[in-house]
Amino acid sequence: MEDRYKLNKELAQMLKGGVIMDVTTPEQARIAQDAGACAVMALEKIPADIRAAGGVSRMSDPKMIREIQEAVSIPVMAKCRIGHFVEAQILEAIEIDYIDESEVLSPADDLYHIDKRKFKVPFVCGARDLGEALRRIAEGASMIRTKGEPGTGDIIQAVRHMRAMNAEIRRVQNLCEDELYEAAKQLQVPLNLLQYVHSNGHLPVVNFAAGGVATPADAALMMQLGAEGVFVGSGIFKSGNPSKRAASIVQAVTNFTDSKLIAELSAGLGEAMVGINEDEIALLMAERGK
Amino acid sequence: MVIGILALQGAFEEHGAMLERLGTEHFEIRQRKDIERPFDGLIIPGGESTVMDKLLRESGLFEPLREKIKAGLPVFGTCAGMILLANKLDGGKPCFKLMDITVKRNAYGRQLGSFFTESEFNGLGLVPMTFIRAPYITSAGPHVQILAEVDGRTVAARQGKILATAFHPELTDNTAVHNYFLQMAKG
Repeated sequence: MEDRYKLNKELAQMLKGGVIMDVTTPEQARIAQDAGACAVMALEKIPADIRAAGGVSRMSDPKMIREIQEAVSIPVMAKCRIGHFVEAQILEAIEIDYIDESEVLSPADDLYHIDKRKFKVPFVCGARDLGEALRRIAEGASMIRTKGEPGTGDIIQAVRHMRAMNAEIRRVQNLCEDELYEAAKQLQVPLNLLQYVHSNGHLPVVNFAAGGVATPADAALMMQLGAEGVFVGSGIFKSGNPSKRAASIVQAVTNFTDSKLIAELSAGLGEAMVGINEDEIALLMAERGK
Repeated sequence: MVIGILALQGAFEEHGAMLERLGTEHFEIRQRKDIERPFDGLIIPGGESTVMDKLLRESGLFEPLREKIKAGLPVFGTCAGMILLANKLDGGKPCFKLMDITVKRNAYGRQLGSFFTESEFNGLGLVPMTFIRAPYITSAGPHVQILAEVDGRTVAARQGKILATAFHPELTDNTAVHNYFLQMAKG
């Protein structure tokens, strides 16, 4: 199983510098692949619509996920509810490439996350800070992403999470070795993972930005803040010209420090998704699963 | 010797770390202006071949890199890199078409088919090999030298100064394959 976990972390390494796009149909999946997505997230409704519809939101229909798997050659991810290990078993049975145990769906368990070490397929989980990230990794997550507020088109939370994570990593790096025991207690994380962060100055797995990315500038902002790649959910297929916007975000992630190019990429993209400010929303999905 | 690493997407940092260990100077290539400086070899890393293919064309790197490789610039492609170099791609559009091989993409299936093994590499002994949603070579022309096989399938090959592996030597501690590439580039 250790070998399998390593292989799963390594698949995330192959996704670095790339953009993972939410898609709801095989047609959208093909558009995403043609626009340069390094993977797609198959789901029935994009987060903006989940937010608008309300009610309980669950794992997508396996039939629809299969159709998307057949439509593209890039990896296909899908979401299960936090703690819903049977949804995860189903996604493993249809050979999904990555499971997102996601706060975007309604949580199935308000205490326990899935014991992800029991699975052969890899998991990505959201985290707002170092403590959440290392707890998810301890449970077997092989990739981490920020928990920016999904379906809002508002980048503020993803920025907050990335900054919090990096600030805590810097703080841990500067601790003395004998201070790590207490720090592990405070952060509620296993000591060995904290020791890894102390010596290496980064998480033991790849860390992407997710939630609220709507423009090439948003994507480049997250990359400059230290993200290793970007998830874009509602930002693409809720915008005026999905194909062009998607391709521009892909280029902005590769060339995230080239402001001249990002200026060009940002020009004439048509309408961005409308978006909601964080203080206008009733449901904070990032509060799900800590 | 200076090696350029294509850094459009994927695991390019890992190749940089490997070259660091071997004491070889290297730099990242994202745009056309990055290849104005001289360099003695090119690495095309693992990642998603469809993404790299698209970004190669959009960045204007495709033509000049293709010309350089055709003119003899040593190149090493891993996984997606091998796909980009191939003349033919099973069920897909080839990219550089510079190596006389046919490659099958996602040949071992999805992530559940990813695996680790050790196998003989061209007389260098057992080399650790990590396969991530990997391709393999289904056929090779007469000028292609087969360097490694796993379960009867070709997973590493060379044609002149072009080296391609279906696995990821940059994900292991073993420097043998990178060393082989550097010797090839020197020779």
